Amino acid sequence: MKHAATLNVNGMAYPVELEGDATLLNAIREDIGLTGTKTGCDDCECGACMVMVDGRPVNSCTYLALQAEGSEITTVEGLADGEDLSAMQSAFLDKGGVQCGYCTPGMLVSAHALLRRNPDPSEEEVRIALSGNLCRCTGYAKIAEAVMAAAKATA
Amino acid sequence: MGDVAFHTATTVDEALSLVGDGSNVKVVAGGSDLIVQARGGRELPGNVVAIHRIEALRSLDASGDLTLGALVTHADIVASDAIRSTWTALADASAIVGSHATRNVGTIGGNVMNASPAMETGAPLIVLDASATLRSAAGGDRTVPVEELWTGPGKTSAKPGELLVDVVVPSLPAHSGSAYVRLEYRRAMEIAIVGAAASVTLDGDTVTAARVALTAVGPTLLRSPAAEAAVIGTTGDDAALEAVATGASADATPISDLRANEDYRRAMIGVIAKRAVSVAVRRARGEEFPIPATPVFMEGSGR
Repeated sequence: MKHAATLNVNGMAYPVELEGDATLLNAIREDIGLTGTKTGCDDCECGACMVMVDGRPVNSCTYLALQAEGSEITTVEGLADGEDLSAMQSAFLDKGGVQCGYCTPGMLVSAHALLRRNPDPSEEEVRIALSGNLCRCTGYAKIAEAVMAAAKATA
Repeated sequence: MGDVAFHTATTVDEALSLVGDGSNVKVVAGGSDLIVQARGGRELPGNVVAIHRIEALRSLDASGDLTLGALVTHADIVASDAIRSTWTALADASAIVGSHATRNVGTIGGNVMNASPAMETGAPLIVLDASATLRSAAGGDRTVPVEELWTGPGKTSAKPGELLVDVVVPSLPAHSGSAYVRLEYRRAMEIAIVGAAASVTLDGDTVTAARVALTAVGPTLLRSPAAEAAVIGTTGDDAALEAVATGASADATPISDLRANEDYRRAMIGVIAKRAVSVAVRRARGEEFPIPATPVFMEGSGR
């Protein structure tokens, strides 16, 4: 059964028609067409699908799209200011925190949400904040370095 | 997934009317359990009633007894100073659920009604003597102790058409302390291999009251009468803690599954119950002990 709804993503209102059991991840990728958010495990384990709903990180693969109506959704595409990367995105590039890139959108969302709540985190706090985001390339050291560098740059 | 009609309720009355007699309908709060289960083969019914916009179910009132609206999230619980200081075992549990993304959407109501014997908050709610308030359109409210609510894996004694509106945790006598400890293979996105919660009250150095409950070693969360008897009347000394371990292992009825086999669970539940009681006693004495208490190490570890 299709339901007409409006999803607010990165400050834009998108009219969509969604099945009652559509996930937010599928709505963002398939209906809205923003493919920065990745499908990883599709089982609420890996964090590749992470987006912010009203400023808080959420695994979009296990969130019903229609529950997000009336909320502000932020995807990785919403973190940059036009062509200008955020300090966090630049730090990921500078520190080598990106290898295959598949986990990167979710990592960036988690890292942005962390600095929003805690602008000066310890490395342990960074690692805890990113513990729901799995990366099979980097071993996490360079990602943690990047988040620490971004925190310093924006302090 | 199938053909599903989606409804959003903004009041409890509206939710109850949408739920009706409870047939062909599922209530969704955060969705983190429901959607995973739907993908795993337990398909969603024809109607989903979303309750996440019901503001009245978001309240967290710690001014006397603790009243947690069904939509209070794990993140809310961990952030509450009152819960951390008074109902500490619950904070220990919510702090280690999934990842921050899970804790932002996962609710106490969803946790309780999903009735997993491996749920983190279950054993703490049992040792803290919590009750669930179930509301129905026809019958008004009824209060059910959580121990009587959970009847099997994924099963509760809630009747069709009943909605959990809040969870009430009584205030505690002075010189009480509690803890929840989980055995885990990894720090995040983990499900308990086994877990244990303990709540104790002291008179001087002596434990005068104790409750111990066990996670993931039976079809429901289990009380351990043997572990409780082993610590009551003692000072929580090493001999008492060894008896707690033996008692918890004896009361456990674990199964073998992909996370651990029966023998390993039975051996480890003793170790974990001992650690939970030890931390609860230390907190009851007024010692600072970090939240979450998992991972917890014994004396000499620096924690």
